[in-house]
Amino acid sequence: MTSKVILNNEDIRRTLARMAHEIIENNKNLNNIILVGMRTRGVPIAQRLADNIKSYEGIVIPVGVLDFSLYRDDLASRNFYPVVRQTRIPASIDDSVVILVDDVLYTGRSARAAMDALIDLGRPAAIKLAVLVDRGHRELPLRADYVGKNIPSAHSEEIKVRLLEVDGIDQVLIEKTSPGAEVNTDAAV
Amino acid sequence: MRQFNTTPTHNIDAEINWSRRHLLDIDSFSRDEFNYVTNTALAMQEILTRPIKKVPALRGKTIVTLFYEPSTRTRGSFELAAKHLSADVVNLSPPASSITKGENLRDTLRTLEVMGADTIILRHHMAGAPHFAARHAKSCIINAGDGWHAHPTQTLLDIYTIQKYKKSVEGLKIVILGDSRHSRVARSNISGLTRMGAYITLCGPPTLLPFSIGRNDSVQSMLKVELDINKALDGADVVIALRIQKERQKAGLIPGIEEYISGYQLTGHRLKQAKPDAIVMHPGPVNEDIEISMEVVRCSQSVIDEQVANGIAIRMAILYLINRGNG
Repeated sequence: MTSKVILNNEDIRRTLARMAHEIIENNKNLNNIILVGMRTRGVPIAQRLADNIKSYEGIVIPVGVLDFSLYRDDLASRNFYPVVRQTRIPASIDDSVVILVDDVLYTGRSARAAMDALIDLGRPAAIKLAVLVDRGHRELPLRADYVGKNIPSAHSEEIKVRLLEVDGIDQVLIEKTSPGAEVNTDAAV
Repeated sequence: MRQFNTTPTHNIDAEINWSRRHLLDIDSFSRDEFNYVTNTALAMQEILTRPIKKVPALRGKTIVTLFYEPSTRTRGSFELAAKHLSADVVNLSPPASSITKGENLRDTLRTLEVMGADTIILRHHMAGAPHFAARHAKSCIINAGDGWHAHPTQTLLDIYTIQKYKKSVEGLKIVILGDSRHSRVARSNISGLTRMGAYITLCGPPTLLPFSIGRNDSVQSMLKVELDINKALDGADVVIALRIQKERQKAGLIPGIEEYISGYQLTGHRLKQAKPDAIVMHPGPVNEDIEISMEVVRCSQSVIDEQVANGIAIRMAILYLINRGNG
């Protein structure tokens, strides 16, 4: 297995700064926005985007946490049940613009599950999607509104996002698994 | 006075290898497994606060409640839990008189299996009936109370409730008051709470205390018996009052209800012996002003209503966890 660093901590910092600026640019009413991190690594990314927006514009954006594991489309088909954690959204999502935040956009199935989970909580004015990495290979018709970095990848490769808050280091890696090796089911959705 | 924790107090990232397909008793549960279930219940409890209390996790699963004994809250909370998770629920209560343990139960189970039941929630007057069912059925079996033996989901919800009000179960002094001899709740709670590190005091008339308590030394060292209610309650963190099963009075185990009330009713005055922040629990249904005074049921230390609400979250967690690996 070979692994290569795609983004280091400085790259991630600059990328999240740019994404925060894009969010400010595209949303005239910042007071109407809620950032919702998709567990697990979407949560610290959402928090950092909110921190950036606060330092640039002085506006505090609420940050929520979404656990969408009960909405996955593979619950019935595999002997794989993720650990269910709490969902915490600090404000009503009714009529607000919710920006879902995740680390990697791949098949799009996580984003689909997250949107279902979100809609069960209320009726947002709009849902947008922000991801640190878009690696392609969509299986559903959706795209991200804010993308940190496009990383064209093969199915056999694995993209690993490591964040200070969760993993103790800021890093995005691409790993080539040798053919026939087991694919990490956690990263496949 | 009461503190309500909504965040877990233990390491929620502890990976655990959950492979249980049945919930028969909790005698083999590890501390990590207890915490895994209560953490999952915390996530389920959030769903209960929503305007639309439904998630699609068990869509397409068929869950049967098969109750050979009457029940209000256990059955109702299992049914609600299953429905909140989008399972299809069938409720069956065959007349107890036509059923004896053995072929009849097995035939019923087989019929339910042919009908496509993924999970069977069983309450039976015979201890061991769920274990029998698990040996003969392919469905997942959940014990909702078997004879005097076990009531595992009650213990899980009691641990969950205690964890919400106290930092941890470990080191707490917990008094189980009343008829612990005939109580499956007492038997399961002694097993579960001592494993979580609590010290248990059993209190009640000698004729209503178990003949033997604790199967091994580790439980024995955590357990004691105190016949004097004031001494038993002294310094308690949690008081669990048990229902006096009126039907057992005829056996002559207590002279009369009045004697029981004067000696063992949990009153506001007696509760003052416990710690000021002690919580009062009861598995229900309450015999008002018999084992516990109405004043105590309604006081700020009583968490009896929360137990009922927590029961739904715990049963959602169990249904979700048990149904894994059954796909």
